[in-house]
Parts: sequence; C-alpha cells; structure tokens
Amino acid sequence: MSANEMLAFETDCHIFDGCGFPAPGLHSFLFEPLFTVGGYDFNKPMLLAVLTTVIVIGFFWAAFGRAKVVPGKLQMVGEAGYDFVRRGIVYEALGKKEGEKYVPLMVSLFFFVWIMNLWSIIPVAQFPVTSIIAFPAALALIVYVLWMYLTFKKHGFVGGLKNITGYDKSLGPVLPLAMTIEFFSNVLVRPFTHAVRLFANMFAGHVLILMFTIASWYLMNGIGFAYAGVSFVMTVVMTAFELFIQAVQAYVFVLLATNYVQGALAEHH
Amino acid sequence: MNALTLAEEVENPLLPPIPELVIGLIAFAIVFIFLAKKLLPIINKTLDERRAAIEGGMEKAEAAQAEAQQVLEDYRAQLADARHEAARMRQEAQEQGVAVIAEMRSEGQRQREEIIAAGHAQIEADRKAASASLRQDVGKLATDLAGRIVGESLVDHARQSRTIDRFLDDLEVKAGDVTKVEATR
Repeated sequence: MSANEMLAFETDCHIFDGCGFPAPGLHSFLFEPLFTVGGYDFNKPMLLAVLTTVIVIGFFWAAFGRAKVVPGKLQMVGEAGYDFVRRGIVYEALGKKEGEKYVPLMVSLFFFVWIMNLWSIIPVAQFPVTSIIAFPAALALIVYVLWMYLTFKKHGFVGGLKNITGYDKSLGPVLPLAMTIEFFSNVLVRPFTHAVRLFANMFAGHVLILMFTIASWYLMNGIGFAYAGVSFVMTVVMTAFELFIQAVQAYVFVLLATNYVQGALAEHH
Repeated sequence: MNALTLAEEVENPLLPPIPELVIGLIAFAIVFIFLAKKLLPIINKTLDERRAAIEGGMEKAEAAQAEAQQVLEDYRAQLADARHEAARMRQEAQEQGVAVIAEMRSEGQRQREEIIAAGHAQIEADRKAASASLRQDVGKLATDLAGRIVGESLVDHARQSRTIDRFLDDLEVKAGDVTKVEATR
C-alpha cells in the first residue's frame, strides 16, 4: 500500500481540521517491500508484474490451449485480441509475409503491457505497473536490441550505420549535421521516448486518480462534502478515462515497436 | 512524518531500479516464450484448419450446387422429352383414329353396297323365279281354261306354247301401253 494512501485513509485528516492536503506525489510510487530475498526487496509492482505474466499466459492457455476449429466463447475473445494485433498492427506495417515472424513478440508485448496498465483500476491492486520506469524500460530495451540486431543483420555494418543515421548524399553540406541529429534521435532518444511515453502516461493517470480519490476523502467535512461529491465523480470519470488510455498506450507501444522493426528492415533512402 | 521521510528517499523516477528491470524482463520473457512457442502455434494451426475447412466446405457446396444444376437440367430435358413423346403419341393416336374411322367408314360403305347388291340380285332372282312360275301357272290355267271352253285338250305342246307366249306378249304390250298412257297423263 502506498504511503500516501496510508496517510489519506488511515488517518482522520479532513479539510477544516487544520491539517494539510496529503497530495500524491513521487512517494505514491514507492512501496514498502512485501518481503526481502537475498537483500533484494520484493514489492507490490513486482508482484503485479508476476501476476501479469500469470494472467496473460493463463488467459491464452484457457483460450488457445485446446483451440477448436469451431471456437468457444473464450477462444473467440482470444482470437479477436490476437487478430487485432496481428492484422491491425503487424500486417499493416510489415505485410503478411515479413510480419509473420514478429507477430508473437508484438502480441506478447501488447497483452503484457495492457494487463500491466490495467492493474491501475483493478480494486486492491490499483497500481499501474508501467508507472515504474523499469518495466517499460525493460520492454523498450528488448525492442531496441531487436531493432539494432535487425538493422545490422539486414544491411551489414556500413549499411546499418547508414540506415540508422539516415545517410542521404543529396543533402550535400548539411549531411553531417543531419546524420548527427538522426543518429542522436534514433540511437539515444528513441528507446528513451519509447519507454517514457508509456511510463509518463500511466504515471500521470495514476496521480490523477489518486488526486481525486484522496481529495474525496480529505474534503469530507462540513461544506466540503459538496466538493467531495464532485471529486468522487471525477474519480469515476478518470477511472473510465484511464481504462481507455491503458489500451491506447499499449497499442501505441506496440505500434511503435512494429514501426521500428519495419524501419530496420526497410531499405535506407 | 512518514510521507516526508519517504519522499526524501525518492530517487529520480526516470532511473530504473535494477531489480524491477530484471523482474520485468523475466516476466515478459516467460510470457513471450509461452505465447511464441506454445499457444500461438496452436491457434495458428487451428486458424489454418478453419480456413481449410471453410474452403473445403465452399468447394463442397459448389460441387453440390453444380450437381443440383446438372440434375435439374437432366430433369428438364427428360420432362421435355416426355412432353414431346406424349405429344407425338397423341398425334399418332389421332392419326390412327382418323385412319380407323376412315377405314371403318369405307368398310361400312363396302358392306352396305354388298348388301344392297346382294338384295338386288336376290330380288332379281326372285322376280325371275316368280315370273317364270307365274308364266307357267298362267299358261297352265289358260290351257286348262281354254281346254274346258274348247272341250278338247290342246295336246299339241308346241302350238300351246306359242299361243300362250303370244297372249302374254300381248298382255305385256298392253301393260306397257297403259303405263305409257299413265306416264303421259
């Protein structure tokens, strides 16, 4: 449980009682370890990450484990999700022939990220795992390594460098500058933005929900009850909005990953 | 306050803590391996099977449709043949009927003519017989009567015959005159 929630709900601190608003902040993303193994703490986000693995595998096992030609309900749902990523993202960018190889990775990425995001609005859990930078970073790292590997495998060392730096002779004297910027943008900034885009969205979403939740509690005093009602409505609205954002961010993350792979396989121009 | 002490401990939120990074990688790796090696191949196989089944089903349906079409055409051809045959038989029967009727008619005609001819012949024969016997009877009666009147038998046959014939001829001539007179009247 976050330190902030402890403050907000385990104390009877309300408005007009002379105590300040326990605003959510970075400390809301710190958890006391559930237990410690060999000097390493095991905390709630880690537990949720592990549960994500269990849930994604569990779901697809239940859906596809005994796949039938005439699908059951669960299999239909699984197929819809599978097809969404396969056709909607991978085939779109890479084409059926070249994309087929990357379908498992992208499907895994999408559902893994989505479920990690989804924890944000699951009661008791109520924390998006991806708002801890390490998790998006790990996934972005995998995509980054894959992208590098494919670039140099496809084009060789010099060709790969050209691909990364956007080498184009027609640029003339601007070429060194363009190459520097491209290199910087592709090699250094790209993995960072890839991870941070997901992280920041989920981080901000979580702070928003926390904000209105804590405020609902904090405002429950005197005239403050009216404000608390508004705040609670906002909590509900933000929760619904988060449900949407979680899916969108998972989609964007996978879409970008696919585009990077496509860029690596494309002929440099 | 607890929150403040915790907040002071907070590091840069963009610096990934290593344990979380490792857990994240492992967690994702497990998901990826399970999906890539086991579950997605299963569903791909199933999807292929389904596509094959659907395509097979469509082929079957097409074959069935073609067969149905063929049967329908055969049936129509047979029906047309049957109609044709029936029409032909009706025509034939009609022709036969006409022929039979014509034949019957001609046969009837022929029989009627035969009967009429036979009747005529019979009548002619009867008339001749009657005429002969009458002539004989009249001759006999005349001779008998003449014999009684004359008192002697007219034995001379030749003379007798001649006399009778002449008498009868006279009668015939008279009768002819009477009919002529009647006709003119």
